[in-house]
Amino acid sequence: MPDAKKFLYVNRKAPYGTIYALESLEVVLIAAAFEQDVSLAFLDDGVFQLTKDQNTDGIGVKNFSPTFRALGDYEVTKLFVEKESLEERGLDPSDLQEITWEDEDADWEEKPSIRIVSRAEMADIMADQDVVLSF
Amino acid sequence: MAYQVNGTAIEADEEGYIVNLDEWSKELAAEIAKAENVEMTENHWKVIEFLRNYYDEFQLAPAVRVLVKNAKKKLGADIGNSKTLEAMFPDGAAKQGCKIAGLPKPTGCV
Repeated sequence: MPDAKKFLYVNRKAPYGTIYALESLEVVLIAAAFEQDVSLAFLDDGVFQLTKDQNTDGIGVKNFSPTFRALGDYEVTKLFVEKESLEERGLDPSDLQEITWEDEDADWEEKPSIRIVSRAEMADIMADQDVVLSF
Repeated sequence: MAYQVNGTAIEADEEGYIVNLDEWSKELAAEIAKAENVEMTENHWKVIEFLRNYYDEFQLAPAVRVLVKNAKKKLGADIGNSKTLEAMFPDGAAKQGCKIAGLPKPTGCV
């Protein structure tokens, strides 16, 4: 992808209660069709978007958390999660659902999409982008 | 608009995608296919089943290239290639396939 721009979608809000998380995911799925270099970042309450065993029966909205597991099909393979945001909320990486992508260049080996990064690393990741979109 | 199945009206939006996903049945799929001028073959049903399973697993109606890629893996290269799939569903394999499968219009489809 020689002309691909680096897009980072920053997710800061909890999955339900506002429409931001779902809208962000939909924009990501649409943008993925344009063959750009797409990454997602999860920080602040955004880390809750990736928690496992979500159940929305009580609030009458769709549980869209399984859709994150389809991102690999859309060649979106980098989900950066901020370590400090997890810790501040009493979460650790084992509280997050497993999300993998299949590496075509490595005989379709399944590789993890979630990468836990420090706040300092997250700042570097953001600085390295062409476009940063915040949700 | 609405489809008629065994005397019951199934509500759909202006493009023909059903509103309540729980109302889907094979009879309804046949009815939608008829409205779309798609003649359902065994392979069509395989694609419909694949799409419904994909939605079940990911809560997502796949984009066409994702459909082609995964259909190749799950149904084999005979069906899972864009030429065959587009011939089976002339109005768009993902777009029309999802409509017959009783799923939402794929995200990003116009």
